[in-house]
Amino acid sequence: MIELIRKHAWVLGLAVLLVVLLGVTKLIQPNFGAPGLESLARSALPFAFATAAMAVVVIVGGIDLSVASMMAVCAVTAAVLMERMAGVPALLIVLCVGLAMGLVNGALIVITRVPDIVVTLAMLFVWEGVALLILTSPGGATASWLRAATRGDFLIDGLPKALVIMGLCIAIVWLPIRRSKLGLSIYATGSDALAAFRSGVAVDRTRIIAYGICGLFSAMGGLSLAALTGIGEPVPGPYLMASVAAVVLGGVVLGGGKGGLLGPIIAVFILRIIRTILTVMAVDPNVTTIVEGTIMVGVVMLGTAVTLRGVRR
Amino acid sequence: MTDTPLLDATGVAKSYGAVKALTDASLTVARGEVVALMGANGAGKSTFVKILTGALKPDTGRIVIDGREARMGSPAQARRSGLVPVYQEPSLIPDLDVRDNLRLGDTPVEPFRQWVEDLGIKGIRLSDMIGDLPLATLRILDLARALAAEPDVLLLDEMTAALPTDLVERVLKVVRDRADAGMGVIYVSHRFTEISQLCDRASVLRDGRTVGDLKIEPGVEDRAVELMLGEKISLGARESAAALAARSGTPRLSVKSLAAAPKLQDVSFDLHAGEVLGVVALEGQGQDELFDVLAGFRKPTGGTIEVEGRPARFAHPSEAIAAGLTYVPGNRSEALLAQRSVRENIALPFSAHPRTWGPLKMRTERERVDYAIEKLQIDTRAQGEVQRLSGGNQQKVTIGRWLATGVETLLLFDPTRGIDVRTKRQIYPLVRELAEKGAAVLFYTSELAEVRLACDRAVVIFNGRVVDVIDAADADEPTLMRAAYGLTGREGAA
Repeated sequence: MIELIRKHAWVLGLAVLLVVLLGVTKLIQPNFGAPGLESLARSALPFAFATAAMAVVVIVGGIDLSVASMMAVCAVTAAVLMERMAGVPALLIVLCVGLAMGLVNGALIVITRVPDIVVTLAMLFVWEGVALLILTSPGGATASWLRAATRGDFLIDGLPKALVIMGLCIAIVWLPIRRSKLGLSIYATGSDALAAFRSGVAVDRTRIIAYGICGLFSAMGGLSLAALTGIGEPVPGPYLMASVAAVVLGGVVLGGGKGGLLGPIIAVFILRIIRTILTVMAVDPNVTTIVEGTIMVGVVMLGTAVTLRGVRR
Repeated sequence: MTDTPLLDATGVAKSYGAVKALTDASLTVARGEVVALMGANGAGKSTFVKILTGALKPDTGRIVIDGREARMGSPAQARRSGLVPVYQEPSLIPDLDVRDNLRLGDTPVEPFRQWVEDLGIKGIRLSDMIGDLPLATLRILDLARALAAEPDVLLLDEMTAALPTDLVERVLKVVRDRADAGMGVIYVSHRFTEISQLCDRASVLRDGRTVGDLKIEPGVEDRAVELMLGEKISLGARESAAALAARSGTPRLSVKSLAAAPKLQDVSFDLHAGEVLGVVALEGQGQDELFDVLAGFRKPTGGTIEVEGRPARFAHPSEAIAAGLTYVPGNRSEALLAQRSVRENIALPFSAHPRTWGPLKMRTERERVDYAIEKLQIDTRAQGEVQRLSGGNQQKVTIGRWLATGVETLLLFDPTRGIDVRTKRQIYPLVRELAEKGAAVLFYTSELAEVRLACDRAVVIFNGRVVDVIDAADADEPTLMRAAYGLTGREGAA
């Protein structure tokens, strides 16, 4: 039990922080309740998927700067397709498009041996262009059931549908992988690529697949964007830096091998709720970003100091 | 033992560009046989090991395991073919626990536990993170994992390098038992005591070629040393008559019982101004740690350093530099600004001196740089970027810059690694000149023939301890080689 706590100390700490922040919100805004939670979950949806996408590639030891652009491609693809055909096949096509974009990113990195950050920076522009080719200005339509799926509460008040959808989608993709040898390979590759190679891990293939999963989560993020807005928006939103921030805050080490998806997802909510609190307190929006950045540096520094004291190598 | 060998590798060759790392290596291992793979530094041993274990693809060559031609495209394929290695550095994943590491390679857990116990490690839980375990334990876990996979052929690469003596004994016993039960073992090691205790046969590599097969019997050491050395291309004779430096007065650098766990155990020597002191050691005997400590990269775990008679402790490289200790890494790219000109690179330590903040004294700088360039005979399209120079010329720049700047104590770590003979011959006089100008030079080289040409004396380090001090006049290669293998009779360990 103590071991379990020690191993997941970071995630537990984040969860406690989140609860505290929810309490603070309730304190300064007594009428914060189920509707507030619902809108919080809804606004967090695309951020959560972007963060899950980023977390997987950071765990494998890379980084993907094209996450927001891939989300834009998927959002416009969804909007265009759903205007013309049935929703379910359109949704499957969009997921495949996301997966394919991720695999292309991964394959380029592995084959060319150009650093991840350079390849995905280039692909950021490529996918951005592709999105604008598909749809030059915001438009299209989204299936009504998709829009409905992200609104309101699920069964009981205070359990937003958006949260359930988010949890289900990420769990369905990630949990089977996490428990399989592929998941181990992803962690192994990110932790020490040479040792993984020597242990018999197909390092190159693992990296490509990790980027594929990143693309798949990006597609979900794009779909959630289309669902929230009801249309497709070809210009990428502010999801790139936000996802990196949540990943770092969530205890995934840049460089790879450490962390999971739960921490980053909680971190998404922490960052969103801090924004809500600051808005409620009528803080100047420009100061808001300063506070967000400061909190991030503070939390990560604190965490590093604590872990460094624990482990001395 | 059966007639068909368990492992039969023939005609293995590998080149990196123009450099031939292996030209014709071969190795056979019969069932139940332990074969030592030996070779001096740079003989191609590690390349051969990488090829055998699938980490590197050979240009030519055939590897047959148990009658089937093995395709060694990756370590995973090598494992499936029945060859499981334990590498010099642990190949366990630091961020996964023991259980996950086993799952990664499909290693059965129960046999693994059994082996860990047999090898004498207690208190390992499957939930322990690899990153939290000490190095010696990791080597044992690595070995246990390999044994649990029940390989046809087990390859141990410097398995015992980081192990305490009692664990070494255990390992040797377990490996011998497995061999007696029919496993084939390739044992890569520098340690003759272990080889003669464990192995049946030794295969010797020299200059990328397998040059001999020796039965392990009393007196085999001399034969092995002879084979490893072979005939070398002459590096030329020492030009200046060995004007022995006056070794009196306070030494420039005095090291006493210096230790840096785990590899560097106990090293003492005095280095005087005007002297070039060679350091001779096989790979991984603690020389890396010694230079790291002297350069301030790493803190010693014991012993003292005195500079000009005053005790010194370096917490940071800048403190070592301030004390006049200048480190020149063997890896040129660590020392040079690849995209800047030769001129700037030579002038760098000169103008980057902490006290020179103001405008650079261009005139004195230019004069000194010109002097160095002429002295070095750097083929000067020197205005160009350093990265365009050949490796040899780059190395001349890393050393020559100190000629321009002036230096008190120079720590040269294998300065002639991977450069051609002609350039090497230009580097020795350079080192000598630095010494004649009053510098004290500590000169580690992996090429034994260089000791006579560049040094006044040489300390020989084996297993982290100084095992011998040899005057340059007596430092012929066989003497040095024997000493480097700890065969002086004064040996401290193992």
